[in-house]
Amino acid sequence: MIHPIPPGTRDVLPEEMRELRRLQTALIDVFEGKGYGQVATPALEYDEVLTRGRGRGDEAGYRLFDESGELLALRSEMTVPIARLVATRYAAAEPPLRFCYLAAAYRAVSPQRGELRESLQAGVELIGAPAEQGTVEVISVLEAALDAAELGSAVIGLGDADLYRDLLAEYGLEAEARNSALARLAAHDLVGLEAELGEAEIDDEQVAACIALAQLRGGEEVLAQAREHKAAAVTRAVERLEGVNEALSENQNSRPDGHRVQFDFGLMRDLDYYNGAIFEVYDPAVGTILGGGGRYDGLMKRFGLNLSAAGFALYLERVEVARAEERQRRKEKR
Amino acid sequence: MSEPLKLAVPRGALFGETLDVLDAAGVDTSELRGDSRSLIFEASGMTLVTMRPSDVPTYVAAGAADVGITGKDVLLEQSDRLVYELLDLGFGRCRMVLAGRKGSDRLKDSQGALGMMRIATKYPRIAEGYFESTGRQIELIEVKGSVELAPLVGLGDGIVDLVATGRTLEENELEVREEIVECTARFVANRVAHKLRATEIDELTEKLREASKG
Repeated sequence: MIHPIPPGTRDVLPEEMRELRRLQTALIDVFEGKGYGQVATPALEYDEVLTRGRGRGDEAGYRLFDESGELLALRSEMTVPIARLVATRYAAAEPPLRFCYLAAAYRAVSPQRGELRESLQAGVELIGAPAEQGTVEVISVLEAALDAAELGSAVIGLGDADLYRDLLAEYGLEAEARNSALARLAAHDLVGLEAELGEAEIDDEQVAACIALAQLRGGEEVLAQAREHKAAAVTRAVERLEGVNEALSENQNSRPDGHRVQFDFGLMRDLDYYNGAIFEVYDPAVGTILGGGGRYDGLMKRFGLNLSAAGFALYLERVEVARAEERQRRKEKR
Repeated sequence: MSEPLKLAVPRGALFGETLDVLDAAGVDTSELRGDSRSLIFEASGMTLVTMRPSDVPTYVAAGAADVGITGKDVLLEQSDRLVYELLDLGFGRCRMVLAGRKGSDRLKDSQGALGMMRIATKYPRIAEGYFESTGRQIELIEVKGSVELAPLVGLGDGIVDLVATGRTLEENELEVREEIVECTARFVANRVAHKLRATEIDELTEKLREASKG
């Protein structure tokens, strides 16, 4: 008899499980080797706690009442639960703190889109390390993780979450116009962004600068190209990215084949707790992003701790697909 | 180095003008203009993949095509498929409208008597979003073909549909009551391809920008 499971969930059978376990072990070994201790937190938390950490537009997909009427929710990612854990158990500990995880996360899905309701995430959180140093460390761990996952072609896109918020404010856009422009950018709608900015009271040159920046991505050369835009917000973002770039280059010896980082002035991640550096992971073998992360200094404050923080998560089901695809391509080349 | 850039080309109403703008941008489309039944063509260092316009976001979002051309109506209807919208190509201009039977008060009467209108459409998301944003309730009836038929035989009080010249509405005794949004053809890109094949995609965008101006 057939007993179905909900769309967007799946069983893993022994053959795949062996492969998946090798991947998981390789990643956790990298994280632990870099001093990130593995933690586990409950899949169910109080809805109020998760909501405190989350921004707009990222509601829990699944909520339920427990036997005494408390509202519980399934976690949709691991950063907020770890912020909660640190605030509760490590408030007096000497920073920086390093944690890693391997955990299922739960999201609502659109029907018939092949999206996963329950997905596996592996990642790290670095809490209480100063901005640039913390960003560089987290990116280095991410590079090592991609190596361990055998994703030779994967690229890390590095951007700045403050850039457009600051730039549009500098150009004198009111909060409402600013937010609708940011929403266009987050939706990757450059046509809409141009229309939105055209209606706002800023001059054509400033509109052109925003559109050009949103499309500016590539190697080190784009840092110089960005500097040509004379806005203070752009200068600040370029300086932050250059700082990260220099620090990564100093580590060059550890990576003889160079770094995987590409700079991206159009990068926007939809979670609103990010500030400063943000990044996403791409692989030419798959059409969707494999993971992402960044700085989220404001998040710890929501839990009463004045600490900076940075981290990333890799989506393991997609990493698995990319890994298999890259392997296949290597085989075909031979 | 890597394989050629894959471009999703919409068959149907946008097909002719899409080929014209590609020609003007230096992409040879002569093979697509023939009566070949093939779906895939190699041209000017690119792979052109032809498909229904409404499939373009599916292929591009999944990375099966790196870039594509389709109507804004399709992008609005499938807004959950994440693609980069890079360029307004300006052609294929049409309007998404609410239409009702000429001289009939059905729309207003239903709104008054039932507190909601019954709307037939091929664009359920756009219709739902529009009425929600204007604070009205509707009963949505999704149909797949000739939506003009619905109100004529009593399936719904009005329709939400795409109108280019207005002739189809005219011939079926329907008239535009409200304009929802204007739509044109757009050039879109896969999120990952936009990052990893930046130079090629930027070059093609610029060529198309110039071509669509002319």
